[in-house]
Amino acid sequence: MADFSIWVIFSNLLWATRWTVLLSLIAFVCGGMVGLFILFLRVSRVSVLEIITKIFIEFFQGTPLLMQLFLFFFGLALFGIQVSPWLAAGLALTLWTAAFLAEIWRGCVEAIPKGQWEASSSLAMSFIEQMRYVILPQAAKIAIAPTVGFSVQVVKGTALASIIGFVELTKAGTMLNNATFRPFLVYSMVALIYFCLCFPLSWFAKRLEGKSDVAAAR
Amino acid sequence: MRFALNFSDLIPYWDVLAAGIAFTIVLTAVSTVAGVALGTACAWTRTFGPGWLGGLSRAYIELIRNTPFIVQLFFIFFGLPALGVKLNETTAAFLAMVINLGAYSAEIIRAGIQAVPKGHIEAGDSLAMSRLEIFRYIVLKQAFQKVYPALSSQIIIVMLGSSVVSQISAEDLTYAANFVQSRNFRAFEVYVVAAAIYLLLAIIARYILRGIGWLVFPRA
Repeated sequence: MADFSIWVIFSNLLWATRWTVLLSLIAFVCGGMVGLFILFLRVSRVSVLEIITKIFIEFFQGTPLLMQLFLFFFGLALFGIQVSPWLAAGLALTLWTAAFLAEIWRGCVEAIPKGQWEASSSLAMSFIEQMRYVILPQAAKIAIAPTVGFSVQVVKGTALASIIGFVELTKAGTMLNNATFRPFLVYSMVALIYFCLCFPLSWFAKRLEGKSDVAAAR
Repeated sequence: MRFALNFSDLIPYWDVLAAGIAFTIVLTAVSTVAGVALGTACAWTRTFGPGWLGGLSRAYIELIRNTPFIVQLFFIFFGLPALGVKLNETTAAFLAMVINLGAYSAEIIRAGIQAVPKGHIEAGDSLAMSRLEIFRYIVLKQAFQKVYPALSSQIIIVMLGSSVVSQISAEDLTYAANFVQSRNFRAFEVYVVAAAIYLLLAIIARYILRGIGWLVFPRA
């Protein structure tokens, strides 16, 4: 059996980290786009659309991410689609992220004073124009801090993709543990790498929050 | 390809699923109580406690909040035995849940504590209340009232996150679903049912927590 030095374990884990990062980016970017779309439907004041998006958000916020991964992994196969861990994990994480971001952003949109809606509609702006030129630019300012904060959840969420066989940092850790029988070392390193990914994001989110608090206090 | 959903194959396994539901509920309830207690203690160390203890809590909180729950769970279940601490899967699941919720609730409760006006603490001082009395009756009560909604949603998040304990074969609802699907190969149906149960549990938990909120903080 090959000898695993600490450095070999660590470099293998680092090499697997790229998939964690890539999956996080995919989920966050695609989830952000889908989330924005859902946000538009959610605040559209068309009751059918509002109810549908409400159910969508309730489902993704009210069930475990792990269940969602299983449902996509086993459910898509029923439609005759060849399901790879990539597809299932990417899709599930995207929709999960979208649901949470849509709900976070809805809070930000609703924080905008009603007068802004009324003023813009008195200027004969359509709903899309109101959102695009009046509401979203203001809502975006307060949305930045919680959005960055949520990105930490996305990175941590990708760890669950390991359970459906997606080889990222956690799965690589499990595999290395099986080969080396040094669980304490391996999982410490895995935790350390996650910490290095997440802590800067948390720190940044907290700093942004502090800034907006100061702005609000003025 | 044609496929017919068939939920009737689940009926013979209702007892397995029921046991899983019970485990998930007990796991959540116990870790809520213990986790919030741990969180309160950590929040105290970070606000009124000695500096070195506050630093220690801060390290613990940041470490837990910035790593995935599944890694914490694996570390406790697979990693700790290397140090001579052997835990069975149920104990490891409970321990990991408490440690996890402890860190999150500490941060939430700390925010509540810091929102308590200084004048209230000084008022308590001038009434010759002890440090402990001030913390218990003046600070903590207001802090909890303020952060109760945030704490409630964190408890529900942790309950949903508990599905991960199935991966160390602690016998929760997800474990039960995995078990049933390995017997009758009705994977999609089982997971649909399990997801629906989780959703129901989350909704019920929300109402229960709201009810407790009304009872404990009547004015809020």
